[in-house]
Amino acid sequence: MDPVFLSRLQFATATMFHFLFVPLTLGITIIIAYMETRYAKTGEKVYLRMTKFWGKLFLINFALGVVTGITLEFQFGTNWSRYSQYVGDVFGSLLAIEASVTFFLESTFIGIWVFGWKKLSAKAHARVMWVIAAAGNLSGIWILTANGFMQHPVGYAIRNGRAELTDFFAVIFNYHSILEIFHMLPSGLLLAAFFIMGISAYHLLKKQHVELFTKSFRIGLTVGLVCSIFVAIVGDFHGVNVAKNQPAKLAAMESHWETQARAPLVLFAIPDEKQEKNRIEIGSIPGMLSFLGFHDFNAKVTGLKDIPKDERPPVLPVFIGFRTMVGIGTLLIMLTLYGWFRRDKLMESPTYLKLMLFSIPLPYIAIEMGWMVTEVGRQPWIVYGILKTAHAASPIAGIQVLFSLTGFITVYGLLGAIGFYLITKYAKQGPAATTE
Amino acid sequence: MLLQSIWFFLWGLLWAVFFMTDGFDFGVGTLYPFLGKSDRDKRVMINSIGPLWDGNEVWLLTAGGVTFAAFPKVYATMFSSLYTPLMLILFSLIFRGVAFEFRGKIENAAWKKLWDTFIFLGSFLPALLFGVAFANIFQGIPFDGDGLYHGNTLKLLNPYGLLGGILFVLLFLQHGANWLNIKTTGELRQKSIAVSRKIWLVLVPVAVIFLIASYFATDLYANYFKTPVLFLIILVTVIALFATRFFIAKQSFFKAWFASALTIAGAIFFGIAGLFPRLFPSSMDKEASLTAFNASSSPLTLKIMLGVVLVVIPIVIIYQAWAYNFFKDPVTQEDLDMDEAY
Ligand code: HDD
Ligand code: HEM
Ligand code: HEM
Repeated sequence: MDPVFLSRLQFATATMFHFLFVPLTLGITIIIAYMETRYAKTGEKVYLRMTKFWGKLFLINFALGVVTGITLEFQFGTNWSRYSQYVGDVFGSLLAIEASVTFFLESTFIGIWVFGWKKLSAKAHARVMWVIAAAGNLSGIWILTANGFMQHPVGYAIRNGRAELTDFFAVIFNYHSILEIFHMLPSGLLLAAFFIMGISAYHLLKKQHVELFTKSFRIGLTVGLVCSIFVAIVGDFHGVNVAKNQPAKLAAMESHWETQARAPLVLFAIPDEKQEKNRIEIGSIPGMLSFLGFHDFNAKVTGLKDIPKDERPPVLPVFIGFRTMVGIGTLLIMLTLYGWFRRDKLMESPTYLKLMLFSIPLPYIAIEMGWMVTEVGRQPWIVYGILKTAHAASPIAGIQVLFSLTGFITVYGLLGAIGFYLITKYAKQGPAATTE
Repeated sequence: MLLQSIWFFLWGLLWAVFFMTDGFDFGVGTLYPFLGKSDRDKRVMINSIGPLWDGNEVWLLTAGGVTFAAFPKVYATMFSSLYTPLMLILFSLIFRGVAFEFRGKIENAAWKKLWDTFIFLGSFLPALLFGVAFANIFQGIPFDGDGLYHGNTLKLLNPYGLLGGILFVLLFLQHGANWLNIKTTGELRQKSIAVSRKIWLVLVPVAVIFLIASYFATDLYANYFKTPVLFLIILVTVIALFATRFFIAKQSFFKAWFASALTIAGAIFFGIAGLFPRLFPSSMDKEASLTAFNASSSPLTLKIMLGVVLVVIPIVIIYQAWAYNFFKDPVTQEDLDMDEAY
């Protein structure tokens, strides 16, 4: 019972679970704030009912996001104490700022939003939702900055046996973090847009609350179209950056073994890590990998064979994760683009509506896979190039971690099931008549 | 030196504020099965803390985050040594949080009963465990110079540790009952006033025993004898404790609530002042103890974080005070009828 392995499993479980709920919060708060502002400006009741309907689903989701986040804040100390000592000087401050600046804003104002309907004017109430949306996304920015430091450490010096902060602004303006922010926050909006379109499609297929859900769908469509394209463009920048800073990750993403110029992009392959080659390769486009990584068809791309064995990440999950994410990303662009041309004829497009209903899980899968690529792809490093994961864990007994890991899986599994059940229940139930 | 001492004080202050705020939520949650007999009373109790508990809980995250930023070694050693109790606390808080949200979402008696249980456990267990943990920190924790922990979780339940747990539970019960005195009406309020008086009768002797036991079980008083002015902390705490009872008798429930908040802050600072400069003393090896001076971040990080905290925390306090003021009136039927109410 290796505490390092168990801690890795536990951290992965906890973060991936947290991330089933966070992206919806990030995206839908912005969209709800927009809806409520429309209500405050026009006084049209349909926007109020929209706000209340989507708000209710958001609140259930929010509760799960909050409770799964609490454990994360402490896991660096409980399970990664060597890591915390080593980089706490830089990393701890980002986490502390996140908590003191953004979590306070968000959770205090959520209370006011939920319980303040009668006490605030429509305008003020809508403004409260903007504060919530801003706070949530700001907290994303801080945590992604922290993660960016682990991916591409900057602004530090090794002193007194640990990484000490030397340049706070370098940490904040870390190019890697900025890419993560511009990829991640819009992908939250994208997920929220698909969530809204999917549920709207359900009701439109049943021909109920047509006005409310047509309007919701169209808001989702606009957001979804813009964000799906934006996310893909930033994703391309991400790829170039990974090629430059983390060659081992790029090689794993592409299951690319031999260092070569004009490296091909392989559409599908089955990597064989023992024999250091791909067992099957289907659809190879010459020079494409060089182009995607370096925007130059003739660039040389390092293969896994030229990376020391003990510095290679696991290939399979990274490879599959990347393909899934990009595949879904492409699909989402097509779905929203098609929808854009049918936006005035939604009711006459039942097949498309059905398709959108069943597309709700897609962005969820893409986001989880994206994190798998990012995090597994940086192994064996916990802080890229300076600290290995194996040296980062706490000196605790494996059995303790086994207990807590079992706890995480059962408790989160149960709560997650209940949470999604309730979201589905209230989504199907539709807007309440009482809010008139 | 000065910078590190300031951070030590801020560290204590953040814990104190967490217990002053989320403390009454724990108290209300612990009283919940005893005072909330009808479904309506239960909902009044939950909704009395409904808008505020999440914001209060963030003080815990901030205390944790600031420990990480200012004293990374303490963050690492404290939370890995106290692994099991901390996990228990966190899981309890998870259940408390979802229980509020889930309870009213399905109209079914068994369902509600299930989450009622979790509201109680999710409030009572953290109150108890935080007390046990802090009392054990006052005594010292068995870890060596490498930060390796040599104790086990059951040993934390020693007499002094348990006494600390009971003290915390009572402090929070008092604070929670004082909050209910403000936020409820009618029969529920009569019950909560009666309970707030009874708790006080138990709290006083337990607090006295704890003060005496601390003399024998810990070396907290060493600092006090060195700097007698510190005894003022104990004096203020005792005055606050008696003021609580005085204001309950006068039916000035806001003042009583402030007084119980001050009692809690006093209790925390009683320990913090005795610990200084140690944040996490070792009971195995005095040299291994983590102090504000040997476990802090670099001066640059401490300065940046001090800037952040001095700007942000007052702002947080201002808007949280605004939120408290916003929700200071008793829970009404209209509040309960709202679609979003718990
Ligand atoms: C709806 C979600 C979603 C969609 C459609 C995409 N991504 Fe993504 N991707 C993420 C959600 C995501 C993510 C979960 O948010 C990640 C993980 C960490 C991060 O910052 O973003 C991520 C990471 C990530 C990385 C790894 C970055 C690193 O290791 O630091 C790359 C190279 C890409 N993405 C590239 C793309 C490309 C080329 C896409 C083209 C369609 C794409 N992503 C669509
Ligand atoms: C919320 C979205 C995230 C997801 C889904 C995610 C996913 C993962 C996964 C799958 C692993 C396991 C990798 C392995 O061990 O092979 C991991 C490890 C880890 N991640 Fe993330 N991660 C997320 C965000 C973050 C952020 C924002 C940080 C830091 C600020 C972070 C810090 C870590 C640490 C410390 C580990 C453990 C050490 C390791 O295995 O590398 N993660 N994460
Ligand atoms: C592993 C690193 C992470 C840690 C330690 C962490 C910590 C937390 C904590 C403690 C909470 C609860 C706050 C509350 O009580 O209000 C939370 C919620 C939240 N987190 Fe995370 N988080 C991590 C990853 C992320 C990432 C990568 C993002 C965004 C890009 C994110 C965005 C949010 C948001 C928006 C919330 C509030 C809304 C919600 O809970 O749904 N977190 N997180």
